[in-house]
Amino acid sequence: MHENGSRGGPERDGPLLSARGIDKSFGAVQALKGVDFEVRPGEVVALIGDNGAGKSTLINVITGVFPPDSGEIVFEGERVEFASPHDARERGIEAVYQDLAVAPQLDAVANIFLGRERRMGRILGRLGFLDQQRMRRETEEQLEELHVRIPDPAKPLSTFSGGQRQGVAVARAVMWASKVVIMDEPTAALGVAQAGMVLNLVRRVRQTGIPVVFISHNMPQVFDVADRVVVLRLGEVVAELDPEKASTDEAVAAMTGSLREEGSA
Amino acid sequence: MADTKTRQEESGAGRRRTIPGLSSAFIFVILAGLVIAFSIVEGTAFLSAENFVTIAEDASELLLLAVGVTFVIITAGIDLSVGSILVLSSVIAAQTMVALSGTPEQVRNYQFPNQEVGIPVGIAAGLLVGLACGFINGLLVTKLKLTPFIATLGTLGIFLGTAQILSGGTNVPYVPTAVQSEIGTRDLLGFLPVPIAIGLVVVIVAILALHLTQFGRYTYAIGSNAEAARRVGINVDRHLLKVYTLSGFLAGLAGIIDVARFNTASVGAHTLDNLAAISAAVIGGTSLFGGIGTIVGTLVGTFIPAVLRNGFIIAGVQAFWQEVAIGIVLLLAVFIDQRRRSAEERM
Repeated sequence: MHENGSRGGPERDGPLLSARGIDKSFGAVQALKGVDFEVRPGEVVALIGDNGAGKSTLINVITGVFPPDSGEIVFEGERVEFASPHDARERGIEAVYQDLAVAPQLDAVANIFLGRERRMGRILGRLGFLDQQRMRRETEEQLEELHVRIPDPAKPLSTFSGGQRQGVAVARAVMWASKVVIMDEPTAALGVAQAGMVLNLVRRVRQTGIPVVFISHNMPQVFDVADRVVVLRLGEVVAELDPEKASTDEAVAAMTGSLREEGSA
Repeated sequence: MADTKTRQEESGAGRRRTIPGLSSAFIFVILAGLVIAFSIVEGTAFLSAENFVTIAEDASELLLLAVGVTFVIITAGIDLSVGSILVLSSVIAAQTMVALSGTPEQVRNYQFPNQEVGIPVGIAAGLLVGLACGFINGLLVTKLKLTPFIATLGTLGIFLGTAQILSGGTNVPYVPTAVQSEIGTRDLLGFLPVPIAIGLVVVIVAILALHLTQFGRYTYAIGSNAEAARRVGINVDRHLLKVYTLSGFLAGLAGIIDVARFNTASVGAHTLDNLAAISAAVIGGTSLFGGIGTIVGTLVGTFIPAVLRNGFIIAGVQAFWQEVAIGIVLLLAVFIDQRRRSAEERM
């Protein structure tokens, strides 16, 4: 494990973010065992694995929800220790969590700008007055750009369908992510058409050059959208597949442990 | 299964979207209906400027409590201690005024040579007590992680007990009469009693703060999904501390108005104010589950019981009936809120 000496960023085509030798235990359960995982510029990397394989744990370690027991995370060529998801956000890493971290009683505008509200100018701004018009305009632009269709950005999210809510959550992540977007099972609760909308969002994000970490159970979706597939099993990386060459059968075999060969890509 | 769920959502979305406005429209209709009914039955005895001023004056203290409690409930919390804070603030304000306005001998003879100092310092002391009590509630909720219900149930007893210990359980006597004549019963511009003016200012500031500022936005966000608020970097504990402190401060302000209106600190008169304030907020559409509520709703929710009480008194209806009527309105409001919630959560 070597430190990258230059602080100026990663060398060309080197990983933007890498987790090296990550261990994490919860009591007697070892959730991650020496996991190496990296995110390269402009790619969609899928992280797959059965329930309890350690996918969400790895994401939580990377985004600062909790620290690893050992191992290190290198981001833009620099070792980082995020104390909270907020720290990760400040460095341009946004996550869409599985449990939909939106405020259902707030509207789309308020959710997208939550914690980053735009204030009015001068004295009113200092008193905490919000620039609602500007936030609304920027929200509409963002949703338009991502082709997310919602009934009315001024209606509470609780009145939206699951897919529309997920669209808002993804739009928020993409709006603020300058470096990496991480999506933890973004399609798990969605119907086919809505899942298709989210996959299109993933492709649009990649077009902007921002890499996406896409966590899923769903093999057809993974092979549809990913450039690279990393398979976790019982807390270890057991395979890295190229979706162009590998089949979903191979991926399933790696996930369930009937394939023993490592790093086949 | 996910598919059929989705389809239901989409077909139901249009109908459901009209529901959130329903409960606030519904309480407006109730209030307007009451005013019209009493006006028809009682004529000018009810429908007169003086009577409306009386109603507003009587509602002014409860309004302040209800506004504070509205902020707390929107964060998905509760404040049961506001009535006790009102009493403790008024006792300490009144005792400070009495102590500073003259010697014990002088005040017993209703002479207050030093009231220019005593009254303002007493007011400041009362407001400070309210602020401190609210801050204590906030600390219990955020630092000791007590549920708001238990935390403020505990301080309800502590604050009221302290007020009774300080006052010996009786109303505080010998409060300078200037408090009442210069503040409590004074009309601004010849028609606007000070308690109503204070209530008006508080309502306007609260509307601006809740609906147009970051403070209000965080209040809703925390009540809607505290975890989501935390993940975007909102300091949830610090915000809750502010909200409980605000509720305490408004209760302290209500305590000052109480002293000014009645020229004493009434220890026994406010035991049910906490529940009255909470029911005003809830009647006004504030959801006990958090994330939903408006100040205008709370204003209407405060005036429904006030108008009922006034109208019943003028009609000579037994006072007990008002409680029955207020209870029915409360149940209706909560029923509608729950239906709205379950419609939303079906998704």
